[in-house]
Amino acid sequence: MTPPDHVATQAAAHSSVQPPDAPPPVLEPGHTLSTVTDKISSIVLTAPPPRSWYFGLAISFALVMLLMWTITQLLWRGVGIWGINIPVGWGFDIVNFVWWIGIGHAGTLISAILLLLRQTWRTSINRFAEAMTLFAVACAGLYPLLHMGRPWFFYWLIPYPNTMGLWPQFRSPLVWDVFAVSTYASVSLLFWYVGLIPDLATLRDRSRHRLGRKVYGMLAMGWRGSALHWHRYETAYLLLAGLATPLVISVHTVVSFDFAVGQVPGWHTTIFPPYFVAGAIFSGFAMVVTLAVPLRAVYGLQDFITERHLDNMAKIMLATGWIVAYGYAMEAFLSWYSGSPPEEYVLVNRMFGPYRYQYWALLACNIAVPQLMWSRTVRRTGWMLFIVSILINVGMWQERYIIVVTSLHRDFLPSSWGMYHGTKWDWSMFAGTIGLFLALLFVFLRLLPMISIFEMRTLVEEEKHVHGGHSDTSDPRGPAP
Amino acid sequence: MSEQLATVTGLYGLLAEFREPEQVVAAARAARSAGYRRLDAYSPQPVEGLAEAIGHRTSRVALLVLVGGVVGCLSGFALQYWTMGVAYPINVAGRPLNSWPAWVPVMFELTVLCGALAAVLGMLGLNGLPMPYHPLFHVRRFEAATRNRFFLCIEARDPLFDREATQSFLERQKPLEVYEVPW
Repeated sequence: MTPPDHVATQAAAHSSVQPPDAPPPVLEPGHTLSTVTDKISSIVLTAPPPRSWYFGLAISFALVMLLMWTITQLLWRGVGIWGINIPVGWGFDIVNFVWWIGIGHAGTLISAILLLLRQTWRTSINRFAEAMTLFAVACAGLYPLLHMGRPWFFYWLIPYPNTMGLWPQFRSPLVWDVFAVSTYASVSLLFWYVGLIPDLATLRDRSRHRLGRKVYGMLAMGWRGSALHWHRYETAYLLLAGLATPLVISVHTVVSFDFAVGQVPGWHTTIFPPYFVAGAIFSGFAMVVTLAVPLRAVYGLQDFITERHLDNMAKIMLATGWIVAYGYAMEAFLSWYSGSPPEEYVLVNRMFGPYRYQYWALLACNIAVPQLMWSRTVRRTGWMLFIVSILINVGMWQERYIIVVTSLHRDFLPSSWGMYHGTKWDWSMFAGTIGLFLALLFVFLRLLPMISIFEMRTLVEEEKHVHGGHSDTSDPRGPAP
Repeated sequence: MSEQLATVTGLYGLLAEFREPEQVVAAARAARSAGYRRLDAYSPQPVEGLAEAIGHRTSRVALLVLVGGVVGCLSGFALQYWTMGVAYPINVAGRPLNSWPAWVPVMFELTVLCGALAAVLGMLGLNGLPMPYHPLFHVRRFEAATRNRFFLCIEARDPLFDREATQSFLERQKPLEVYEVPW
């Protein structure tokens, strides 16, 4: 049975030209070690930044100034300028904290989990996705710190011997969160920097500017590509990926414990950890797409970030979108199945209460819109995927808003029900952190290679071997580069 | 003798440049079987089998990460046991002070943190980085080692090193060029 089949498929593969539904390549053919090196490093070293870069940096820098002004007002006048109140003590801060942390998770997923799964297509998007993680975590970290009201006492969260004789309560998820988020920020930074070292050496050797050679040279720490060094480097990089993989899952699990360990109706469920992790990956990939689509267009990187990447990321969004949908369904089911009136009321209140528009908007953005990605045209067309990803970002923000606000504003005791709305300062702070995120990203694009050069070179070599086998016979894509 | 030679001639070694990764692996193997032991290869990206070809077997990075992880985990437990059980005990309805299940998240985070630090610092330490100066950087052409060329260096401190013989050995490996690396 098997041999004829086998022969037949082989013959088909050889005789036909590329079938129409074959996935597009991870790297467009025709690239060599020097072309990938030159193309990526020239964005940093020689090419003047495109006009849209100046435009984007100007806008995001203006938003950073808005953030500074908001923080100044906040420290001067206190958290009363925000909309938080009793019963809703966790307003925009926790919504935005969870939103930003979630966005960061796709970066770690791409760099660590896809590395372990040997998904070579990750290579051209992992660097800027990791940068995105760092900047998103920086934005996320601002919120709990400022939410403390007196952020200059932030070090009280850290266990250290003090004259008050006090220690943090290690049985509280809020303390776990301090450890989880700070570990996440540190490990992401290490991972990103280790990945950058060989590329910094490339920039050192290719920079024609004195200052550039010095600064990149110092950051590259004298990397010279020794075989021995590469050997240890690869071991360390793989182990870092192995450590970062459970870490990324633990971080959003701990974030969900902040809610799930509490007794508030709508929070106290065991579905929260997996549902939060899936939501984080969902929103994170949406943000990677939101960034990747304009980047590849503006910098002409269609050879490196191909339709295959968009297609794969869309599929991940579709899959995680369904996990999130399952989470919503389970939340609804459990609120009915619990038999507890406050739990049952949470669902009714979400669907028909004062925040119903946000609830239905979140279902539309997170469940209905992603179904467009069943279409291959949507998955492989940049602007369509861009719109879908923006809507998912909006939807995931609504989701966190619904979780935080609708659960708190009407809990067990109707006499202490209330309403919550963000004030202009809540919105200006949110806009400001978006500006901070984008400004950091624009600076990163200008100063560091946005695609990992050495991993692209590895990819070139692998492609050469794949093509080399039958390049002279019937490969329709032409001879090996 | 070879140490003296190095100081007298002011030579770090001889450096051969190759176009393809397979060539440098083959050259490294040939050099090993010719008896050279003080050699290293340089490449723009990791090349499979190259570390083995120059005679490198195991890496201690993995062991360091294990030690780092275990130290992180145990210190996480010790920190929480001491603060929650000894230094600042709070009796919550008679529940045990050693409430270790609640401490798992922090123990886990510290395991990952210390393991990751051990991986990065261990890798850099074993590689002797940061090292801003290295004789190889004197060779102008060596900058291609971070772009598209592969290099094999036989160092002058190798007992078999001989200026003429090693040069002709390297030239037999069909390099693009052989360079002298001054100190």
